[in-house]
Amino acid sequence: MELRAKTPGGPLEQKWERHRSEIKLVNPANKLKYHVIVVGSGLAGASAAASLAELGYNVSCFCFQDSPRRAHSIAAQGGINAAKNYQNDGDSVFRLCYDTIKGGDFRAREANVYRLAQISANIIDQCVAQGVPFAREYGGLLANRSFGGVQVSRTFYARGQTGQQLLLGAYQAMARQIGGGKVRMFPRTEMLDVVVSDGQARGVVVRDLVSGKIGVHAADAVVLATGGYANVYYLSTNAKGCNVTAIWRAHKRGAAFANPCFTQIHPTCIPPSGEHQSKLTLMSESLRNDGRIWVPTRRGDTRPPNEIPEDERDYYLERLYPSYGNLAPRDIASRRAKQVCDEGRGVGPAGNGVYLDFRDAIRRLGRRVFAERYGNLFEMYQRITGENPFEAPMRIYPAPHYTMGGLWVDYNLMSTIPGLYVIGEANFSDHGANRLGASALMQGLADGYFVLPYTIGDYLAQAKLPKVDPGQAAFRQTEAEASGRVEKLLSVNGRRSVDAFHRELGRLLWDRCGMSRNAGGLKDAIEKIRTLRQEFWEDTFVAGRGEDLNQSLEHAGRVADFMEFAELMCHDALHREESCGCHFREEYETPDGEAKRDDERFGYVAAWEFTGVGSAPVLHKEPLEFEAVRLAQRSYT
Amino acid sequence: MHVTLHIWRQAGPATRGGFVRYDVKDLSSDMSFLEVLDVLNEQLTSRREEPVAFDHDCREGICGACGMVINGRPHGPQRATTACQLHMRHFPDGAEIWIEPWRARAFPVIKDLVVDRSAFDRIIQAGGFITARTGSAPEANSILVPKRDADLAMDAAACIGCGACVAACPNASAMLFVAAKVSHLGLLPQGQPERASRVVKMVAHMDTEGFGACTNHGECMAACPKEISIDFIARLNRDYLKATVAPRPPTEEFTGAA
Repeated sequence: MELRAKTPGGPLEQKWERHRSEIKLVNPANKLKYHVIVVGSGLAGASAAASLAELGYNVSCFCFQDSPRRAHSIAAQGGINAAKNYQNDGDSVFRLCYDTIKGGDFRAREANVYRLAQISANIIDQCVAQGVPFAREYGGLLANRSFGGVQVSRTFYARGQTGQQLLLGAYQAMARQIGGGKVRMFPRTEMLDVVVSDGQARGVVVRDLVSGKIGVHAADAVVLATGGYANVYYLSTNAKGCNVTAIWRAHKRGAAFANPCFTQIHPTCIPPSGEHQSKLTLMSESLRNDGRIWVPTRRGDTRPPNEIPEDERDYYLERLYPSYGNLAPRDIASRRAKQVCDEGRGVGPAGNGVYLDFRDAIRRLGRRVFAERYGNLFEMYQRITGENPFEAPMRIYPAPHYTMGGLWVDYNLMSTIPGLYVIGEANFSDHGANRLGASALMQGLADGYFVLPYTIGDYLAQAKLPKVDPGQAAFRQTEAEASGRVEKLLSVNGRRSVDAFHRELGRLLWDRCGMSRNAGGLKDAIEKIRTLRQEFWEDTFVAGRGEDLNQSLEHAGRVADFMEFAELMCHDALHREESCGCHFREEYETPDGEAKRDDERFGYVAAWEFTGVGSAPVLHKEPLEFEAVRLAQRSYT
Repeated sequence: MHVTLHIWRQAGPATRGGFVRYDVKDLSSDMSFLEVLDVLNEQLTSRREEPVAFDHDCREGICGACGMVINGRPHGPQRATTACQLHMRHFPDGAEIWIEPWRARAFPVIKDLVVDRSAFDRIIQAGGFITARTGSAPEANSILVPKRDADLAMDAAACIGCGACVAACPNASAMLFVAAKVSHLGLLPQGQPERASRVVKMVAHMDTEGFGACTNHGECMAACPKEISIDFIARLNRDYLKATVAPRPPTEEFTGAA
């Protein structure tokens, strides 16, 4: 396996422009002859499917949900970044690029991030043209808010439902193409494997989740836009269906998996209320604009928050990071929350929370303005906890949220399997070791609207694509393997439910490969994962049949893949003997408790090659070179 | 706490369904409604019975996947709350709860509580969009949108496409869903060029899918977890009237990949 990032030459600012002018084009008549498969219908998938179809390509799009409009991008609350500098506060393409790379603790590919920042402005234009109802000023111009890890206001938003509105924009653009016959949509259809024929990705094996029928689809290229894998922790802010299956199966077919241990733990989520908890709910980071985070200075202080006087409150983020305060980046805010809770200063019945207090902001802005800004988030909090945040501060705690790791892709977003593209959260490229708020939406749409539609043409124009059909050996073989796996799951016939296994795996990873990690814990976790995986295949029970709508079976397939993937995640975390961004190894910290990077030894992307389940993966390194950004110890003080 | 559930079980679209009674014990009042179904499904699995099928995904009230009629009301008794955001603290200990799927001809039952809502997607495909090819957009701030219009458009755009409005309507009408999209796009300057053709096409497609007509019951608004107002239905009717009695009928433009 060889990693060729294919970053274009020339100065940073000109790379993308130059690359676009130099890559091969497919002429309009020939585009009509190509067929592209897009798996996933979130921001990246739907925007890619729509844009490719507009260009003339024939597209098949698959999603496991009952409608493409329900992909998990819909749940993104806070906003989308763009270097528009509408606020005249000194924003620029370079500044957005720099903030993103610094936020990611210098573990992202600079050229990709710069391109992302350049494209960010086009995204806002595109979305406004589609009718995305962004927040407006009274004069009719677009409004902005600020977000964590930056000192400018560059975030565009649609109340607390930005992801929903951007997704509906992309969904509607795709719907237009479905109506026009250029996109064939397959809802309630899950990808089980990718078909590699003569070294090229030429199709997918899918299961129709209603009939249970397993079938194959052939194409000229395959695009995976299947999101992140935070559900490996069982409890996360992801939708219940989010999974690693598509990218894991592609990994097993030869796609390198990059930085799997870079998992973002979001600081502002509602703490779990008991054993029954099925998922965690995020409270938008935008709340940190006006909320102040604190815990009591004294351990075990059980007084109600409103009775704790000002001088007995520790606004620890403001104290430790005076210039960024409550807007410190996510990884730092999460780690500090864990720290104060570990010290015994956590609040709430289980001591697993910190306060996010709006008292001062409500006084400053008035209840009406405040309700307009955050009303829906406050209602959501009250619905879940039964407490009113206008009266008492919210209780929050970190939770797994986003995964920066993903399949390795080159500058063109192609994986190490020719013809297999990976976009959005499913790839690794832009966020390094920590993603800044409001950057996921930006990246998903940049990939789908403005990068992939160009770069895929370059491949199709040059690749030798022999005719394939689903009757060929590569297709039949892959289909048979996928069917065999489904039958195997149904025939285990053990005693424990799939959910029970998933919970156990999640707890293990949260403890050993969560917010802080150490060599001993990771080694132990790898052993335990192996044992648990074996138990799973010997003792799980999946009710029902394969030829039917069977949600236990769907879940079982996803958990089986998590069981394999989790081991890779721990391997990666174990090998990276440094702390960077979200990856905090207890052995490597600065005297003031920050992540201590080792650029000398670990200034690279770790891309892993699959060698078999339970056997050690092979590491390939893509060195990270920075042309315009100067590496520095991250400082937010 | 403990509850008695009467859940609609139906093996497939062609088979007859019926209510089955389940007692679920040792629940916490902090649980969400779907977590109670999770507990029940774990119990069923341990008894080697088939779990209850129900759609759900984000469990944050935004994806629109979950939807079930709880004690006769779509998404249950709590105002402006999806089933996934409904919590057991709103039920008394020992409550008896009836759970059934959306009932509408246009939403056929697939299994248990799972219904086929793809008719909604097809209505959007018929015209629920603004034609804006990728790459062709003007500078975002060159389009001014008065804040009032943007806010109202957002009120309509908040629809999550769950189908509660259809389930609540005695006519199984999809008017609130269609009106929300027609209004969201029709309120914005970007939506004007296709405003007339959009409403005509969407309404025509709504009819072909087998949804009923609107007779102003207002049940849809009461059931809507996003509290979308029936004012938007009035807006749709006005747009529809304008589009159909206007001297120049809307042109049949090509909606495909041109």
